[in-house]
Amino acid sequence: MSSFGGALQSEVTKITSTRLWWILAIIMVAYVAVCAGGAAALFGGLGDATNGPSISGESLAPLIYSFGPTLGYVFAVLLGALATTNEFRHQTLTPTFLATPRRGRVLVAKLVALTGAGALYGVLAMVAAVGAGAGLLLAFGIDPQLGDPDTWALVGRSVLAMALWSAIGVGLGVLVPSQVAAIVIVLAFTQFIEPILRLASSIADWTAQIGQFLPGAASDALVGASFFALAGGGGGTMLEWWQGGLVLLGIAVLVSVLGWFTSWRRDVT
Amino acid sequence: MSAGVTIEFSSLTKTFGQVQAVSDLSFTVEPGQVTGFLGPNGAGKTTTLRMLLGLVRPTSGSATFGGTAYRDLPSPLATVGSALEAASFHPGRSAANHLRIYAQSAGIDRERVQLVLHRVGLGAYGDRRVGGYSLGMRQRLGLAFALLGDPRVLVLDEPINGLDPEGIKWIRLLLRELADEGRTVLISSHLLSEVQQSVDEVVIVSHGRLIHRGSLASLDQSEQKQVIVDATDRQVLAAALEAAGYTVSPLRGGVLVADAEAADVGRIAFAAGIAVTALSQKRVGLEESFLHLVGEEGAL
Repeated sequence: MSSFGGALQSEVTKITSTRLWWILAIIMVAYVAVCAGGAAALFGGLGDATNGPSISGESLAPLIYSFGPTLGYVFAVLLGALATTNEFRHQTLTPTFLATPRRGRVLVAKLVALTGAGALYGVLAMVAAVGAGAGLLLAFGIDPQLGDPDTWALVGRSVLAMALWSAIGVGLGVLVPSQVAAIVIVLAFTQFIEPILRLASSIADWTAQIGQFLPGAASDALVGASFFALAGGGGGTMLEWWQGGLVLLGIAVLVSVLGWFTSWRRDVT
Repeated sequence: MSAGVTIEFSSLTKTFGQVQAVSDLSFTVEPGQVTGFLGPNGAGKTTTLRMLLGLVRPTSGSATFGGTAYRDLPSPLATVGSALEAASFHPGRSAANHLRIYAQSAGIDRERVQLVLHRVGLGAYGDRRVGGYSLGMRQRLGLAFALLGDPRVLVLDEPINGLDPEGIKWIRLLLRELADEGRTVLISSHLLSEVQQSVDEVVIVSHGRLIHRGSLASLDQSEQKQVIVDATDRQVLAAALEAAGYTVSPLRGGVLVADAEAADVGRIAFAAGIAVTALSQKRVGLEESFLHLVGEEGAL
């Protein structure tokens, strides 16, 4: 019998049976660790110097730990987007839909599986950010605040953010089945378009009200700390953390539903 | 093995924009036989099979397995096994994992994966990534996917394409075996000669329309019999036959007598005192009948 449990198991095996997930994970961990460690060394080492940038010791640790989701989320989106676009690209939707003709079941199973994979990426990103960040903060004699429950709440919210980003990637891949197009959109939007929009939205109050709903801004709100909010000046208007989470969830659901109508339920030829 | 399943196509129609790919197609495919689904490239065979398997939505009409549409089958892979023309594999995934994924989603016992890999002759290559597979190996893996759920119905799109002579011999035996086990076997091909040694029944389509349905023998247009005859002196032989009212035409190896029985030709030669050196009845080939049915575009 085909069942949801079977479909979910199958989606998990799809992720683990190719090399993509661990190659992406290694790059992400290295990237996050280098940046978090580098920032910890930069701000920790120069914190007392008169000409260096200065952030108070108390807010430094969470900012550095937030490198996990703020740098890692691109990898979670890509993992999700590649999981779906690969099905179109290699025409594996044919055997998938032959094994589970209920296409809605397949899509939900994929969303659940990739949300789990995104959470795992979240854990790995936080291990990298906290591991490298706390290590270097300690080396410079700064309290890494590992005893503070707020720190662990931030870690937890970061993992949740990464999980939701991966689900957004799945939905995006359904909406834009072309793999190249999906990758270009992910990179262009996250690395270029959204940062500009967030900066631009901080010009006026009313634009800032809109800007806080941008996915990156919502993600920062969910995580609760971000270098971008600090540096961009757009941090003045922020959603509550749970609102940020709901915005990400809403985007994931929206793109998946749109993709359902534009590609998923269409003829597979 | 429980009772056989009949595939039923009923007024199946598919329109892509202005193009009618499949038009009002109705026929049934019975269990215990190998049915060839034939037609030139672009005749609508693949679209028809994809509609049967719930991958393409028909514009109108239906295709069912004993009355049940594919998407309503409780255990689709355990009822219908299919291999479609497109190579549907992730090149970076091993063949065993490829099969395991679909076994999981269909709730099929994990042991079946190794079993079917062995059955199609890929037992030693299951852990290799499919990207390194030859075309023939991919065909075999496609067949392994079809056999995964030990289904009562097999739907194979161009299964012989890309196989080497040994592979062709092997698949013929396999198809025969499967049909003899009471399964319903439907295979498509654009070449009759490719499947004529395997099929019992033929369904021929052209331009999306059904143009012939019957046994393989029904393609044999036996009313058009020809005789090839030869003698030391062909001129005399031809003249004798023409005198008897036959139409003859010279061949490199003798004389072709249209619309004739070998016995009659032999009697005429004997009566004329000609020693015949060769005499054989020739039937209009199946392939010729097939090409005649599907028209010019069949001569690809």
